[in-house]
Amino acid sequence: MCLAVPGRVLEIEERDGTRMASVDFGGVVKDVCLEYLPDLQVGEYAIVHVGFALQRLDEESALRTLELFADLGMLQEEFGDPWALAAEAQGHSWSDEDGAPQEARQ
Amino acid sequence: MGHGGGGAMSAELVQHIFAPAFGGEVLAQLGDAAAVTLGGARLAFSTDSFVVRPLFFPGGCIGDLAVNGTVNDLAMSGARAAYLSCGFILEEGVEMPVVARIAQALGDAARAAGVEVATGDTKVVESGHGDGVYINTAGIGLIPAGVDLRPQRVVPGDVVIVSGDIGVHGVAIMSVREGLEFGVAIQSDCAPLGGLVDAMLAVTPDLHVLRDPTRGGLAASLNEIAAASGTGVVVQERSVPVPDGVANACAILGLDPMYVANEGKLVAFVPREHADAVLAAMRAHPLGAAARVIGEAVPDHPGMVVARTALGGTRVVDLPIGEQLPRIC
Amino acid sequence: MKYIDEFHNPELARRLLDEIHSTVTRPWALMEVCGGQTHTIIRHGIDQLLPEQVELIHGPGCPVCVTPLEVIDKALEIASRPDVVFCSFGDMLRVPGTGRDLFQVRSEGGDVRVVYSPLDALRIAQQNPDKQVVFFGIGFETTAPPNAMTVYQARRLGIRNFSLLVSHVRVPPAIEAIMRSPSCRVQAFLAAGHVCSVMGTGEYPELAGRYRVPIVVTGFEPLDILEGVRRTVLQLERGEHTVDNAYPRAVRAEGNPAAKAMLEDVFEVTDRAWRGIGVIPQSGWRLSSRYREFDAEHRFSVTGIRTLEPAACRSGEVLQGLLKPHECEAFGTACTPRSPLGATMVSSEGACAAYYLYRRLDVAPARMEASPVG
Repeated sequence: MCLAVPGRVLEIEERDGTRMASVDFGGVVKDVCLEYLPDLQVGEYAIVHVGFALQRLDEESALRTLELFADLGMLQEEFGDPWALAAEAQGHSWSDEDGAPQEARQ
Repeated sequence: MGHGGGGAMSAELVQHIFAPAFGGEVLAQLGDAAAVTLGGARLAFSTDSFVVRPLFFPGGCIGDLAVNGTVNDLAMSGARAAYLSCGFILEEGVEMPVVARIAQALGDAARAAGVEVATGDTKVVESGHGDGVYINTAGIGLIPAGVDLRPQRVVPGDVVIVSGDIGVHGVAIMSVREGLEFGVAIQSDCAPLGGLVDAMLAVTPDLHVLRDPTRGGLAASLNEIAAASGTGVVVQERSVPVPDGVANACAILGLDPMYVANEGKLVAFVPREHADAVLAAMRAHPLGAAARVIGEAVPDHPGMVVARTALGGTRVVDLPIGEQLPRIC
Repeated sequence: MKYIDEFHNPELARRLLDEIHSTVTRPWALMEVCGGQTHTIIRHGIDQLLPEQVELIHGPGCPVCVTPLEVIDKALEIASRPDVVFCSFGDMLRVPGTGRDLFQVRSEGGDVRVVYSPLDALRIAQQNPDKQVVFFGIGFETTAPPNAMTVYQARRLGIRNFSLLVSHVRVPPAIEAIMRSPSCRVQAFLAAGHVCSVMGTGEYPELAGRYRVPIVVTGFEPLDILEGVRRTVLQLERGEHTVDNAYPRAVRAEGNPAAKAMLEDVFEVTDRAWRGIGVIPQSGWRLSSRYREFDAEHRFSVTGIRTLEPAACRSGEVLQGLLKPHECEAFGTACTPRSPLGATMVSSEGACAAYYLYRRLDVAPARMEASPVG
């Protein structure tokens, strides 16, 4: 359910008594209804679903999550790489050595 | 309507209804263009009908498409288009300035592609029985000696090259389609590919197959080639060139760029020993500047296209089922 | 795109996978509730990268898949009327009703239009005052607020030629129904992040406690899915069963209060049939009496349509994790994405379609060859 993508507010305007914004999704701009996030400001990011901003994106949380992921590797490096062994057993390889020729790995 | 979408339903209509009804050895090859011999000359012969909505879109209109679509079908058999026919079906009430703009664009596109519109026809249908303007074009051109482009020639080990960014035309059209409208700095890639193909054939006439991935996108073309050649195809997903505008429009609409239409791109299966030289020749041509190797033909999973994902997983890239629809989930 | 690209990073994915591999000691069955998550899992091949002990069961969170046949038949009936412009999200058009789908209605002359947003349908109503414009209001708690706002705006602006055919569904009752099934195999849930963006997490602690299952709110990008799996597996291995939020950048505990208030105003909770599963008590929303005049079922008098589902489709068992798609007799033969028996084979989020795509490599190859597709 619920394909929703993060977008950045470019402009806000009142239209027919409704708070609307043009929102940038990495170079793709769409009209989005802000009625559910009335205090969302230009420059902020929100999760948008079928033309409605539904929740403000919290940059600090996002950064913390990514830092957590980055820290996960620390313990592994001491004990070897169980995942690589398992992946190998399933016929997959991270290094793409069985993949297309050099060019394809740019 | 799904029967016109370039996917599994189109393929079924052709294979199970048209081909048996018409008969004939040439049609049975089911290429984008037919290769026929006439008076000792090897000709490529192709026809295509254009029913695009809206008629005008960022970077082109139905007139450019009508030329480049057929010119490119011929180019995919190695032929440089020489002559085109052009049939207009107009809906009663369509405004003459609109027809004039389309005709002008068609003429300009023909001159740019170096092809002459040699014959034509016009019909008018009642109001409500057409979307303003439909165009059919057919074209012929000479196939150079030693060139034999057919999916049956693909063998495991062939290198798969795409000539540039994919999904551009489809996203340009969607951006102006009623109900989906969005702003994006992307224009249709509609362009004639004859010059690029000439540059590739100048390296070696021994290319195995070329396709222009129009409706159904790269996924449809790769599937057609895999099915007809009986080899498998592996694509390295992160090597497939997808511009940000296309990727992000697809992210919003829930589409896969591999299934989105192109109008000025080609995909080539090239013998491994020629791959580097062909790639260099493509990159030296303006329409192939962003050409990339995206994968290879393999002996495994014959007839099937598999993508290796950036995370190291795999998925089957199936033939699309009819028209691509925006998802909500 | 910011907030997406970072969550596709293969190096970080590898770290998460390493962690999951080193955490798992025995088999676990997790259900990702949401079809959007199923899509990410299949699209990126994530299920193949997880340890064999971690089984992902594709849940019923595909609104297209669970919209009951009866409602599809009502949609087909309404869309066939000459004075109606029928607007829908794209993925509903191919869902089979009894004998046909919305695509066929369109090719038979019906005015069926794909829109991105329900507000687009409202605009079409404003532009076509001589037509009845109907929007097919399906979806979970994420899609319900946009549809609710659209009806609210229609009333506020006095747009009388607009109505909504409503078939909204709610996640928590579905989780409860799955856990109550005697043959339930699900040991933990990846809860749908965007549902929680709206509703918050308040409905889950009781479920997690009562059925002793970890519930981890999970996002939709590859790293989000892996983080959801990692936290779930960690709880399972430790014997815990709490509600955890692995998608904090878009989910707050309280959800979106404005959206929840609008849902309260426009909709009321009702029993709802889920396609393939049957009626789940209190699992749906319908328009509240204050908005009854915008209810397409009443406006077009289709409340009497009653339909039984085809017996051959076992999608209900699939959606509850009782049956794997390829274990169904019809899979890949009588039922393919091109001629689907049930909606799980239609939508690319549907569990059966997902299996049909990816599993063709390694499941039942002989049977797949019998299919005319490809």
